[in-house]
Amino acid sequence: MSDNHPINVRGLNHWFGTGEARKQAIFDVDLTVARGSLTVLMGPSGSGKTTVLTLMGCLRDVQDGSICLLGHELMGAGNALNEALRRRLGFIFQAHNLHGSLTAMQNVQMGLQVHGLNDPEAERQAARHALSLVGLADRMDYLPGNLSGGQKQRVAVARALVGNPDIVFADEPTAALDKESGLNVVAMLKKLGEQRGTTTVMVTHDNRILELADRIVTLEDGQIVSDTSPVRD
Amino acid sequence: MSRLLQWLFGRLPIGWLQLTHSRARFAAAIAGVAFANVLVFVQLGIMNSMATATLKPYEFFTADIMISASDANSMTEGGNVARQWLFQAQADPEVTLGTGIFVGNTSWPRPTKTLGLTSFGIDPTLPDFLSPVLKPKLATLQLKDSAILDMATRGLPRDEAAAIRPQTPASFEVTGKTVTLYDTFQGGGGFGGDGYMIMSDQTFLSLFPARRSAAPDHILLKVTPGADPDAVAGRLRELISDKSLRIRSYAQAKAEDLKYQQTKRPTGIIFGFGVIIGVLVGIVIVYQVLSTDVADHLSEYATFKAMGYPQKFFLGIVFEEALILAVFGFIPGVLVGTGLLFGMKKATNLPLAMTWEMAVIVLIGTLVACSLSGAIATRRLAAADPADLF
Repeated sequence: MSDNHPINVRGLNHWFGTGEARKQAIFDVDLTVARGSLTVLMGPSGSGKTTVLTLMGCLRDVQDGSICLLGHELMGAGNALNEALRRRLGFIFQAHNLHGSLTAMQNVQMGLQVHGLNDPEAERQAARHALSLVGLADRMDYLPGNLSGGQKQRVAVARALVGNPDIVFADEPTAALDKESGLNVVAMLKKLGEQRGTTTVMVTHDNRILELADRIVTLEDGQIVSDTSPVRD
Repeated sequence: MSRLLQWLFGRLPIGWLQLTHSRARFAAAIAGVAFANVLVFVQLGIMNSMATATLKPYEFFTADIMISASDANSMTEGGNVARQWLFQAQADPEVTLGTGIFVGNTSWPRPTKTLGLTSFGIDPTLPDFLSPVLKPKLATLQLKDSAILDMATRGLPRDEAAAIRPQTPASFEVTGKTVTLYDTFQGGGGFGGDGYMIMSDQTFLSLFPARRSAAPDHILLKVTPGADPDAVAGRLRELISDKSLRIRSYAQAKAEDLKYQQTKRPTGIIFGFGVIIGVLVGIVIVYQVLSTDVADHLSEYATFKAMGYPQKFFLGIVFEEALILAVFGFIPGVLVGTGLLFGMKKATNLPLAMTWEMAVIVLIGTLVACSLSGAIATRRLAAADPADLF
């Protein structure tokens, strides 16, 4: 089951706050994501899509229900398991979160060093390749402060993908990109799904991407209200 | 530097890259650590100088046991000791020789400044109690009203000190008596006086008419070769009926004097506090730098946490920064500290100097203090929550 469905969510509930301020954000969510697919989470602000994404990405503790990620149950998982699983994931944040003191190439290298390869030359080569794929071969030695918003986002994409993750979690990855660059990034994720079986779960409001999605899940008020697969010609 | 550190750590030297990214802040941080280092070096230098100056008079003599009055916390202060205890001490089969030494302060009025000289009166017929350096000058002291002078006396011009020789002696008056200086020796001004003067006990008693030959300031004893001075001192404490006397081996007397100066005297305590304050200033400065740095990079650290980097990776970055600051701050600190101590020595003629021991202790202390600051600063890492990134 986990080989073909790396993400398996069952009866997921989540609350924020404590005492009288405690508020439920996620209500009984069930979601199974197929390997190599591109799943888009949609919904209005506050609908719970980012919360679901962070729970599936081992960035928050599961309070109630079950998430089986890459064959491992996240309910009650300790730090060590969470860290080990995160090393098999790629994250693309809306804010690129690049390290301002590191060059584009060094930022991408950080996506590899977490695996402890300890081979600087191989890391540099892989980072160079990843940056070339996002069209930044000529900006490798630039610090983020000298890159445009779109270029920074592409570096963040290269950093997320350079370690060949099993799953990519992306939050509005195309927000800072122009139409062409945005579509290129999503097409790249789609291609990775087809070639390597990389699964992508993406939160977005960008309708341009929907045509590339294998599945569109819409949340409202913490519940899944629709789950569709676009029909393509 | 980056490549060297990458080779050392086996990863990108993020701490180094972060620090050097903001050069102005890096320079300020280094200046802060260097400043703390300089504070510590100056205080340690003064403390060391106090230790050197305290022990200096002990170098003039050689003895195995010293008997002093109960209030004699150092060689240059305290009450008298009755000479009868010298004779009684010699009843011990392992005590071979004894002598009394007299200590007093004399003034040498000079055109620009009156020099304060700590003066010792000794028996010039007993060379065994004088250091090998002073022993050859003993014959000079047998002359009436003669003395030898510390050539490093503060306020005495070098050329004038060098001119004092048996052929060209210098004289001055003390309480109406003329003292003639026939020779010099190497001493050095301390915190209590500008320099030292050594004369015979008879000359001393003529300069200090209130003093009596039956009551020297200290009694020095020699024991038979191979005898344990501490064991003999223990026996003498039993033998001598005045239980208020301090009867110690010469080595123990030196150690206790030094401890007294450093821990009981206000000057020692103040300089000791100065060292502690320097260390605290260093810790606060480095903590401030590191904790600001951590706070400035929280979102990057949270990103690394999301990527699966373990806690020890972040601790490694903070400690890397702490150690870089320690080493880079120490280098200017030791240079400025050396210069300051040299300048202070020139101005005061105190035995102030940078020593290897001081430099190594301060370097180790800086590394420890910076690591401690780093350890405190790492608490802020807990605020880096990767869930906040979305």
